[in-house]
Amino acid sequence: MIPQEGGFAQLKFRDPARGKALAGELERLAREIGREPITLMHVCGSHEQAIARFGLRASFPPSVDLIMGPGCPVCVTDLPEVDEAVALAKSGVRVATYGDMLKVPGRVLSLADAQSEGAKVDVVYSVSQAVDLARSTDEEVVFFSTGFETTAVATAAVILSPDRPKNLSVLSAHKYILPAMEIVAEIPGTRIEGFLGAGHAATITGWGIFEPFAAKYNRPVVVAGFEPLDILAGLVKLLEMVRDGRGGVANMYPRCVTKEGNLRAQEQLWRVFETAGGEWRGIAFVPDGNLRIREEFAEADARRRFDIDVTSLWTTEPSELAKDCICGAILSGLAGPHDCPMFGKECLPDRPIGACMVSSEGACRIWHQYGGRPDLRSLTPQVEVAV
Amino acid sequence: MTTLLSPRPAILDERISMKYGAGGRAMRALIEGVFLAGAAEAPENASEDVGIGLSAMDDGAAIRVGDRWLVITTDSHVIHPVFFPGGDIGRLSISGTVNDLAMMGATEVLGLTCGVILEEGFALDDLRRIQASLADTCREAGTTVVTGDTKVMGKGELDGIVLNTTGIALTDRVVPDSGLRPGDLLIVTGTIGDHGMAVMAARHGLDLEGELRSDVAPLNRLIRRVLVEGGEDVVAMKDPTRGGLASALHEMASKAGVGILLYESAVPVAPAVRAAAELLGIEPLHVANEGKAVIGVRPNTAERVLEALRSHPLGRNAAIVGTCLAGPEGALLLDTGFGRRLLAEPEGEPLPRIC
Repeated sequence: MIPQEGGFAQLKFRDPARGKALAGELERLAREIGREPITLMHVCGSHEQAIARFGLRASFPPSVDLIMGPGCPVCVTDLPEVDEAVALAKSGVRVATYGDMLKVPGRVLSLADAQSEGAKVDVVYSVSQAVDLARSTDEEVVFFSTGFETTAVATAAVILSPDRPKNLSVLSAHKYILPAMEIVAEIPGTRIEGFLGAGHAATITGWGIFEPFAAKYNRPVVVAGFEPLDILAGLVKLLEMVRDGRGGVANMYPRCVTKEGNLRAQEQLWRVFETAGGEWRGIAFVPDGNLRIREEFAEADARRRFDIDVTSLWTTEPSELAKDCICGAILSGLAGPHDCPMFGKECLPDRPIGACMVSSEGACRIWHQYGGRPDLRSLTPQVEVAV
Repeated sequence: MTTLLSPRPAILDERISMKYGAGGRAMRALIEGVFLAGAAEAPENASEDVGIGLSAMDDGAAIRVGDRWLVITTDSHVIHPVFFPGGDIGRLSISGTVNDLAMMGATEVLGLTCGVILEEGFALDDLRRIQASLADTCREAGTTVVTGDTKVMGKGELDGIVLNTTGIALTDRVVPDSGLRPGDLLIVTGTIGDHGMAVMAARHGLDLEGELRSDVAPLNRLIRRVLVEGGEDVVAMKDPTRGGLASALHEMASKAGVGILLYESAVPVAPAVRAAAELLGIEPLHVANEGKAVIGVRPNTAERVLEALRSHPLGRNAAIVGTCLAGPEGALLLDTGFGRRLLAEPEGEPLPRIC
């Protein structure tokens, strides 16, 4: 065999031997369940990253189909939201945003397009860099913010801060994942039998937040972390619950997640934001799916501070290619990247057509990054190495 | 059913962007689409004398001289910062050219040329330091600069200093980068990702420099040992510079028409490099090396070559990391210990992730 020294086997949550044992458990449970496919959904780009990065799908039983749901906040940011940011940037306001958001197509333009036409767009790594940017200038700075609870909390903290620069406001495209899971669970004919919950969002919300959902739809939810052993152990738990026909919530990330979550962070989050219905790209109108800034913080809300006119952007038809994009079906778990005829051909990371190819959390981008085909079960017969 | 990574036609953008110089797929498309497509015909009767020419896209060229091969290669060096942990542009430019020669089996370097282009305002002290480093590295490689050229350009017309080095060497046997067969084993001569990660940390001011040091070094003496020990069973060599180990293996696999299975847990990576890579979301297999080689060896000789490598200071972390398969042709598969996936060639230069 190939010598194992110098590798990452010594890292606690990346021990391949333990991984093999868990994969054996998955096999056993899949046999006990006895039907196929057993369709499971995770709702987090970081889960998809880890699954593709470590080639985990190759160790799943063939009957287990783990698909990625609407777990990429950048991907589900809808065209009108991007258009609002583009309109602001073109009107001369300085727009700061995450690098991932730069290339997300609006109806006609992306922020990157606006930038190349002369608009002031700054890439920041975090909301605190947007604060620094605002401090360094007299210009109006708008932070175009996205993300689920984890980043929304950081945005909320800045809005609540007494030191917030007066020239900084926020255009919120923050999302709330739970209502989107309900939509997916309600899609007629959906075969999803269980959900893998995102561990980092649960550090904020607590795992208890999934209990009403699991009860209402009688489907199990398992909160899992992001190392390969976290994911495999989470799936073992999920299959056990599927086998037993149990709903309910299990926490397989106890080193970070509690039932109540981070109460102080939740308090800040809900003081600043309230839920509002909104269109999620390609999926549907998601009631309570968007996080809007409360009236009380109107001066920090770009939507109230500026009169944003997006109609000027709507005079041009979207490109023909954009109409063939199947991002919506991918985000709702009805299709995979390889079902899209443009994947890896017309649609590439450096010239994306759909949002799923833009974000590092998007399914198409991840599959492309890891060689276009993360599931190699059918392609690699066992190879013996003679050393 | 989808095909396995169908080769993409080379679509070139109207303007050159940075990715065309990053050693990945974009750079190869540029060379193929512009320089190779537009190359002049070789003169009559010259073809049999050129053993390895431009179209082979190898590390250098091999031209027959009597009953031996003259190997020639050229390399231009730009790097920011000019001085980085573990080296500087002087050491880099000698090592880069010496290593390209060595990768073709030519380890006795006859001499080097060195062209220098300086930006107006460049500090003389810095130039002296770079010259001293050039000389030290030449001594290490057992060669010298035999001729050179100096130009100065206006302020802002280039970034400090550009060095070009050309090297020539004679050899009895040329080792191409295309000689792999199914069953051959792949050896790397040491830890992967050190150079690129050290430079990236220095460039972006990522306060991680502590243990990160470039591996930049001339490898010809190490490779001579490999060739003495392994002889004809050493069938392919490449230095995994820009684009990293992934890019080098992709090229070797596609030129030889074999598949390569790489065992991730067998690839030596220094703990500091692994930590920085995790933090920044960068794949160490995509990160540049300047003092490492990947060597394809017939299976029965692999252990002997490995021992020879490990007895030299520059090869003490050498390891067998992969094996060649009959197919899928040109594909690079990564066994992560948990499963297998395709390992993509980097498109351009890896950048720290945004969020």
